[in-house]
Amino acid sequence: MLLRLYYQTTMLKILKYSFFDLMRSRWSYVYFGFYLLLGVVLLFLNNDLSKAVITLMNVIIVLVPLIGTIFGVMYYYNSKEFTELLLAQPLKRSSIFLGQYLGVALSLSMSLILGLGIPFVFYGLFKSNAIWDFSLLLITGTFLTLIFTALAFNIALSNENKIKGFGYAILLWLFLAIIYDGIFLMTLIFFEDYPLDKLSLVGTMLNPIDLSRTLILLKLDISALLGYTGAIFKQFFGTSFGLVVSFVMLVIWVVLPVLRIMFKSRRKDF
Amino acid sequence: MRSIRLFLVTMFMATSLGAQTINVCGTCNVTSLRDAITLAKPFDTVRVKKGIYKEHDVVIDKPLTLVGENYPVIDGELKGEIITVVSDSVTVDGLFVINVGTSYTEDYAAIRVKKSKHFVIQNVVLEKLFFGIYIEKSSYGKIYHNKIIGDAVEEYNSGNGIQLWYSHYVDIEHNFVEHVRDGIYLEFSDNCVIKNNVSAENLRYGLHFMFSNDDIYQDNTFEDNGAGVAVMFSKKIKMLNNTFKKNWGTASYGMLLKEINDAEIIGNTFEENTIGINLEGSNRITYKNNNFTNNGWAIKVRGACYANRFIENNFLYNSFDISYNSKVNDNIFDRNYWSNYTGYDLDKDGIGDVPYRPVKLFSYIVNRTPETIILLRSLFIDIIDFSEKVSPVFTPDNLMDNNPQTKRITW
Repeated sequence: MLLRLYYQTTMLKILKYSFFDLMRSRWSYVYFGFYLLLGVVLLFLNNDLSKAVITLMNVIIVLVPLIGTIFGVMYYYNSKEFTELLLAQPLKRSSIFLGQYLGVALSLSMSLILGLGIPFVFYGLFKSNAIWDFSLLLITGTFLTLIFTALAFNIALSNENKIKGFGYAILLWLFLAIIYDGIFLMTLIFFEDYPLDKLSLVGTMLNPIDLSRTLILLKLDISALLGYTGAIFKQFFGTSFGLVVSFVMLVIWVVLPVLRIMFKSRRKDF
Repeated sequence: MRSIRLFLVTMFMATSLGAQTINVCGTCNVTSLRDAITLAKPFDTVRVKKGIYKEHDVVIDKPLTLVGENYPVIDGELKGEIITVVSDSVTVDGLFVINVGTSYTEDYAAIRVKKSKHFVIQNVVLEKLFFGIYIEKSSYGKIYHNKIIGDAVEEYNSGNGIQLWYSHYVDIEHNFVEHVRDGIYLEFSDNCVIKNNVSAENLRYGLHFMFSNDDIYQDNTFEDNGAGVAVMFSKKIKMLNNTFKKNWGTASYGMLLKEINDAEIIGNTFEENTIGINLEGSNRITYKNNNFTNNGWAIKVRGACYANRFIENNFLYNSFDISYNSKVNDNIFDRNYWSNYTGYDLDKDGIGDVPYRPVKLFSYIVNRTPETIILLRSLFIDIIDFSEKVSPVFTPDNLMDNNPQTKRITW
């Protein structure tokens, strides 16, 4: 019992350390500043909250995964020496790596939420109808950060070679953000003679980026554009059941890589 | 000409003979509309005072002026048609007509005009109706300043607000129609003017044209109708300065054009519709100075559309500007403003130096396989759109605006 508590506190301590280490680092500020600027510029140019939310969506589903991936890999390789030092101490391995992972993921999420949140709050978000769309945007953004940082840690843990690690990380992002959609599109066109609604639903659910995009798009009532397919999607995602399923899917996307981090870190030879 | 002269002469005779006024009220000598009409001589005025009159199948068979004071209620008690006009030169003014009967075999209307000329229906309020104002083989009339509020739920057991059937030279102005099946419906009716009406929240179409030529509709507002406005199988129609708004749904459009030739569509606003204009088999139409704002598709060209000219329109923030389903293009796009235009204007003459291609590859793909629309706003789609823009392979290569404006056009 006491040992368990000890482990938990060490994880929290490492989390705290990583978190504040990152909070002090230049890159967090750059990231935070970027989103702040983006939010301000969008609102200043658009003067319309719901429009700004759509533009933000475009940015978020592309950039958040990219930055999560790069940052995760970078942080792991950078703090490798410190990790080795920690490993020499009587600490549980999984708490070291989980602490680091959470430290990175949470600081990135915080930069995102604060960077975008502040300009929008000042603009009068709480008085606007767009608050739910915006919240959904931030929630999916946070999920994407958690997912892609975890995936990045996985890659870094499996690759000693930095260059290789970065390469794989970029490839992963490229695959989920772009190539996947290409294959998806080809499949849809190839099987156009068959009923495709189930296939498209499954295809969307399997990729966290597509899932986030669809969730936000449907919230923005673009679903009427989607015609018949849209009706099916709306039927699925519009209900609380569909929403729960999608969030469960996102949670699975977080949990699986995290489990692998724990598993891998337990066996890894340093 | 002779008929008009005859009409004037009879009018004059009627007034000189001293047209009488018959008052109808609960405590008057005459207590029902029907009695008043039987008593009245041609060109008399029947004045209905405030009150509730439970009557239906009132037939006006002589030239009369039926005027309500302070909106007397004519309650049909859901028994059938309420007022039927079968004579020329009848005016119906200021009545509040409710409870028209519903039938699946007959089109009961609150006010029906049958084979008559020179009718005027104005300041009438209709509620709880099946069909509202039904004009049948009647011409030279005026339907002015009426308010029609239905409670239609299903298409199959509801009627239209204002319906014209084989009626020519009718002016429909300043009416307000909502919650019926079709707000205004014209069938085989030529040379009509539909002006300043508001048709909103109707089950099917805000305005519905069938086989009606040479009509003008202008300054109307069509909002939030089930499927928008449908104009079909008609020639030489002028559509000016109308507003088509919020017709948003999986099978909705601002305006559906089917088999329309030689029309003019000028100065209209299409805002927040799933499809701004849906074109099918429509030729030689001029689109000028229209605003297409925030639509899913601004214009969807389905096929067999030739020699249309899209000139000086504003295309603002639509998900797709133009959608084509073939590689053949015979339509002209010129001097429009496209908010998606990314070219430059080096000589600062207000015209972009690079032509704009309004058809995106993605809209072509979506036309082919509608399910692919779920990839909307995906990065991959942006990339293929960009590559198609640089070198068109799938979209019509002569479909472009050679003089895209760099500033929003005002007129």
